[in-house]
Amino acid sequence: MQLTGAQALIKSLEQQGVEVVFGLPGGAILPVYDPLLDSSIRHILVRHEQGAGHMAEGYALATGRPGVAMVTSGPGATNIVTPIGNAHMDSTPLIVITGQVASGSIGTDAFQECDITGITMGITKHNFLVKSAQEIPRAVAAAFHLATTGRPGPVLIDVPKDVTQSMMDWWYPSTIEEYDLPGYRPEVALDQDAIERAVALISQAERPVLYVGGGTLKSHATKELLAFAERTRMPVVTTLMARGSFPDSHDQHLGMPGMHGMYTAVTAIQKSDLLISLGARFDDRVTGKIPAFAAGAKVIHVDIDKAEFNKVRHADVAIQSNVAAALRALDAASAIPKNLDSWWRQIRDWQAQYPLVYEEPSDDGLLRPQHVIEAIARKAEPGTIVTSGVGQHQMWASQFWKYEEPGTWINSGGAGTMGFGVPAAIGAKVGRPDRTVWCIDGDGCFQMTAQELVTARSEGIPIKVAILNNAYLGMVRQWQEMFYDERYSEVYLSADLPDYVKWAEAMGCVGLRATNLKEMHDVIEEANKINDVPVVIDFRTDSSEKVFPMVAAGASNDDIMVHPLQRGASK
Amino acid sequence: MSATPEPFLGTLDHTPVRHHILSVLVENKAGVLARIAGLFARRGFNIYSLAVAPAESNARFSRVTIVVDAESAPLEQIVGQLDKLVNVVAISDLSPKDALERELLLATVRTNVDNRTSLLDIIANAGAAIVDVDAKSVTIMLAGTPGGCDELERALESFADVELHRTGRVALPRLGKTASA
Repeated sequence: MQLTGAQALIKSLEQQGVEVVFGLPGGAILPVYDPLLDSSIRHILVRHEQGAGHMAEGYALATGRPGVAMVTSGPGATNIVTPIGNAHMDSTPLIVITGQVASGSIGTDAFQECDITGITMGITKHNFLVKSAQEIPRAVAAAFHLATTGRPGPVLIDVPKDVTQSMMDWWYPSTIEEYDLPGYRPEVALDQDAIERAVALISQAERPVLYVGGGTLKSHATKELLAFAERTRMPVVTTLMARGSFPDSHDQHLGMPGMHGMYTAVTAIQKSDLLISLGARFDDRVTGKIPAFAAGAKVIHVDIDKAEFNKVRHADVAIQSNVAAALRALDAASAIPKNLDSWWRQIRDWQAQYPLVYEEPSDDGLLRPQHVIEAIARKAEPGTIVTSGVGQHQMWASQFWKYEEPGTWINSGGAGTMGFGVPAAIGAKVGRPDRTVWCIDGDGCFQMTAQELVTARSEGIPIKVAILNNAYLGMVRQWQEMFYDERYSEVYLSADLPDYVKWAEAMGCVGLRATNLKEMHDVIEEANKINDVPVVIDFRTDSSEKVFPMVAAGASNDDIMVHPLQRGASK
Repeated sequence: MSATPEPFLGTLDHTPVRHHILSVLVENKAGVLARIAGLFARRGFNIYSLAVAPAESNARFSRVTIVVDAESAPLEQIVGQLDKLVNVVAISDLSPKDALERELLLATVRTNVDNRTSLLDIIANAGAAIVDVDAKSVTIMLAGTPGGCDELERALESFADVELHRTGRVALPRLGKTASA
């Protein structure tokens, strides 16, 4: 069967089971948009290519399947660099297809030419410049294989215009050998010796902590985690990237560790004698000052990526494996720590002394952002998906919403990409139309990518957006207040400019506003009744509110600052 | 383990204190060298020397011999990150004592009646060869150990006008020694 390269590209995506592509056409990718008309694949027309990338990420994180974005060459390609970098930091399976100028024009500074494979070399798991139409099926199949196996990540396929316009004999690789990836070995056999050494370390442990990272979600290991944790009775902490991998309602769950982690989660790690890292990478936002991080703990490090071992923290035992297989092996070997009763008594003391707190809002004062999140959560159906941007609202959304299952918390962790929330919510809703999707956003983040609500309205994707509008770039404001003598430099945004309600309405969404407690309850109820169009709520919150607990950047986790309401109490 | 490694500035004898030789088999595809160089640059690893050529008369693969400064970053990190490059097929880590290393040095030396004899002595001592000669200059070649090349380079420092090129080293395991992958 003779096909054009463009037809082969679309047919290859169909072969991979792709149901939706997020994108925006332009000159160099034009040939590919023609066969798209005849395809079963749904295309979501975005308003900015960054939106396409974050939507594909949101889709991937909500469904566990790779997200696909397609854009044109030059600025289309550079506009999607931020989502690619974001997916690289968070190991999200993402396929990005970029148009490229015709092969003969490459290197001539042609119109809308850019070296996107060169630009994204350091922020993709791999990328391809496809040289002939005949190679398109191989590139697509290999890209999906790379993006979804081992440590997942973004893969970019750059396709010159003459390649998509030329003819090829249709074929599709049926075996991994045909992908032509001789250097790619994503899985290695489990090292039984390492398992035995881990079992020995565990058997000596009196104060163990399961330090659960995003790799646990990526390897779909939540069942194994629950079984292992319950059998061993070890306390569990889940990082920002792992929220939802272990139920927040579970009494062994101590919450999130790190810079804005729960006091007990942070302190239990500090005092632990054994840290079992499951798909986590000892990020600086978790460790604080590295030499002071869990200084008395041995480390068992489970990761599919061997380059993570000893990168930041020495691993006493390194187990190169996906988290699920490693936990099954540890279970099979009956790994069991010592009696943990006194450890749990200590943990329960910390929990009783330093729960998560905030000041109660008054009836007439500004809203408390934490309280708004709890109020939305209380009225949300079980299984509601939450996305966020980056900053204070993100930390509160992680702290105060309770996550019970995988794929319900979607955020930008490693890269810290402001503006991630709205497009990610759209992508999540496309992937899981059965779920309610709330984007807990900040006013600064919202302004970065809000135009995608036009996409949401026109494509019939009814997400709900809660703007915690404190009129500031809140996290930066918090740092300036705490560490720069309250010298506020370029952080004020204004609560009224833009008018978020009018803006929402202009984009075809329902716009609501709440300035006090009564309005807050009313608008949440109203938003929950709307299921056909996107809803945006402008919650006016107190700009002086800060995220606690907090470990200052570069400080030891021992020097965690609790909420002012809890200070003065003895540690 | 946390501190940013000090940049390696090289030493006079051209040999890093703790160098390692990575013999890296890669797919012979466009941009592979850029991927390797980019990885070293963004991770803060230092390349001391690098040599690339097609491997084993097979156009599909090339062999890249990289001498790395193992003080700029732990070798385990360098190998681990390098191994993640999809086009990297295999990595052998050769420690200097287990490796046979060779390097090619070419140097054109301007000579005169006064110093030509001493140059001939240097050539003879080093086991180098004369590959080109005219009235004013001599081009010499040495295929030898990196240390031998270092010595020849030092010996030539007494000449005022020397244009000198070295290839960077290639290496294989000594017989009876296997490289660790």
